[in-house]
Amino acid sequence: MMRSFEPIVIPIAALLVSLLMFGIFITAAGADALGVFESMYRGAFGTWFSWQNTLVRAAPLMLTALCTALPARIGLIIIGGEGAVVVGGMTAALTGIVLTHASPIVVLTAMAFMGMTTGGLWIAAISALRHYRGVNETISSLLLNYIAIAIMNFLVFGPLRDPETLNKPSTYHIGEANMLTEMGSTSIHWGFGLGVIACVALWVLMRHTPFGFAVDIAGGNVRAAKLSGLPVTRLMIITSLLAGAAAGLAGMIEVAAVHGRANSSLNANYGYEGILVAFIARHNPLAIIPVAILFGGIRASSGLLQRDHDLPDASSLVLQGIIFIVILASETLYGRFSWLRAKEKTA
Amino acid sequence: MNETEFSLLNILIAVIGGAIRVGTPFLFVSLGECLTERSGRINLGLEGTLMMGAMTGYGASYLSGSPWLGVMAAGMTGVILGGVHALLCQQQKVNDIAVGIALMLLGTGLAFFLGKPLIQPTAAHLPSLHLGSWSDSPVIQAALDINVLFVIGVLLAPAMAWFFRYSRWGLYVRTVGESADAARAMGLNVNRVRMYSTMAGGFLAGVGGSFLSLYYPGGWSEGLSSGQGLMAVALVIFARWNPVYCLYASLLFGAAATLGPTLQSIGMTWGYYLFHAAPYVLTLIIMITTSSSTRLLSGMPGQLSNVK
Repeated sequence: MMRSFEPIVIPIAALLVSLLMFGIFITAAGADALGVFESMYRGAFGTWFSWQNTLVRAAPLMLTALCTALPARIGLIIIGGEGAVVVGGMTAALTGIVLTHASPIVVLTAMAFMGMTTGGLWIAAISALRHYRGVNETISSLLLNYIAIAIMNFLVFGPLRDPETLNKPSTYHIGEANMLTEMGSTSIHWGFGLGVIACVALWVLMRHTPFGFAVDIAGGNVRAAKLSGLPVTRLMIITSLLAGAAAGLAGMIEVAAVHGRANSSLNANYGYEGILVAFIARHNPLAIIPVAILFGGIRASSGLLQRDHDLPDASSLVLQGIIFIVILASETLYGRFSWLRAKEKTA
Repeated sequence: MNETEFSLLNILIAVIGGAIRVGTPFLFVSLGECLTERSGRINLGLEGTLMMGAMTGYGASYLSGSPWLGVMAAGMTGVILGGVHALLCQQQKVNDIAVGIALMLLGTGLAFFLGKPLIQPTAAHLPSLHLGSWSDSPVIQAALDINVLFVIGVLLAPAMAWFFRYSRWGLYVRTVGESADAARAMGLNVNRVRMYSTMAGGFLAGVGGSFLSLYYPGGWSEGLSSGQGLMAVALVIFARWNPVYCLYASLLFGAAATLGPTLQSIGMTWGYYLFHAAPYVLTLIIMITTSSSTRLLSGMPGQLSNVK
């Protein structure tokens, strides 16, 4: 098998170029770029405390990135992670509220199951529409994000609202005893562990099983896949089910480990950032883990940037936008550096 | 009895007025997207262009005191963003859908970042034509305040249709959109035609954005756009890449989006948050009913294999 360092070297170079461009941008906006980078590092990876903050934020990002990465492997560009997080979190919260007096392990299992099922069906519906009706999956997944948020607002402002939640209308609490706990003596909740497990498991599925091989063939050339007798429709639907289940689990984790209720914190852009993480990781589930940690770091440090440098909270959005553009532009560089490949042959 | 009929008429007029108000940004963005897609490329980044247009339009109007300068500034921002999109897409192996998503993110982020100081001040707004002055009813008067940009948009739609059908440049755009190979054989520079189309499309989307901040809802805030730029892309499919149909479709979408607030104003508050979903549900239903998995859509430019 021909291997190359390109998928590692080019994204890292692109990240550095984007940081440089962001530095120029904030310098033009009147900030001290070096100080900003220093704060970003401190807020993200400087201390054990900031590391824990970063990893907690990386957990949902890993799962929402899977929601874009898996369908991308079969050729679908789905950006509906945000909606799947919202519906997954919403049904998980409902399950928790209904079962609140059962034993915590039952409650959490049921919540995860329900969150993953609804999230999975949500995304599978998108690829079913694509397959059976020819509806563009990118647009329909984005529309469904807005629909999911509207449904959630309807429920938390109306029938499911806990009257005690005044400034941020939310559902009732699932019960403190039922919350997802931290791992060992850290302040990192088990959501991070679940995210890593999901990434590794799906990497094994995609890279080391006939299923993953079939998905990659269908993603490369649908006609060839059909001619060789692969059940392309079923592959598409199952991949999307898994993708949506990952994002639904992210919603369940946000409810069960962080908020205890479903509310507008569910649509905190995790779904949209996941798209970016997936593209930088080149839709490789294993590569998603480090990239998600990096972006969890950007998220964790954004408070520090606002406090110490008086930068608006949108600066992390600008940074993400720049990174996304540069990463996409760098796609055109693949295959142009023969020396990155030659190295591998001697090794 | 007579009174309820009158109020029904009022609701109808309010919905029509709302359709025009809410539909105008849809109209401009969809005309811009229509032009871009006819050249064979999809620009999903128009959502970001819309936000940047709203922000720069508001800023320019505030600084210069002239809303029309604001509209021009918004259009020029759109031209720049369209140029970036075209430049990136003409590189090998770069996917135009992904570039669109990235520009959506970047445009929104930049607009929020640079627009922070614009949340407080008030800028000069665009003027409107008072077509309701014949009536004594303030409801009708308010509903029939037609903004000038809508009038321009209404004229622009048939003009663009004429451009596609009868002008030399319209033929270039259509040829490039139908078959890049045929266009190359004719000696056309495919990338250049697409770049101009994307830039012009960006101009229109930017103008649509300036409408949001300079007329309705008016003012600059981060919640100004909620997917209008993207819905416009779906709307172009629904309109079968025909500029005149884009006009009708925009009004339909405007009416759907204005339904919730109108019902709330007459006291129907039950499903207020659900009605927020109405335009998105409508878009989705339209896409489901009008698309097909087996045949190509009529009117679809040949190079747009991706939009199906």
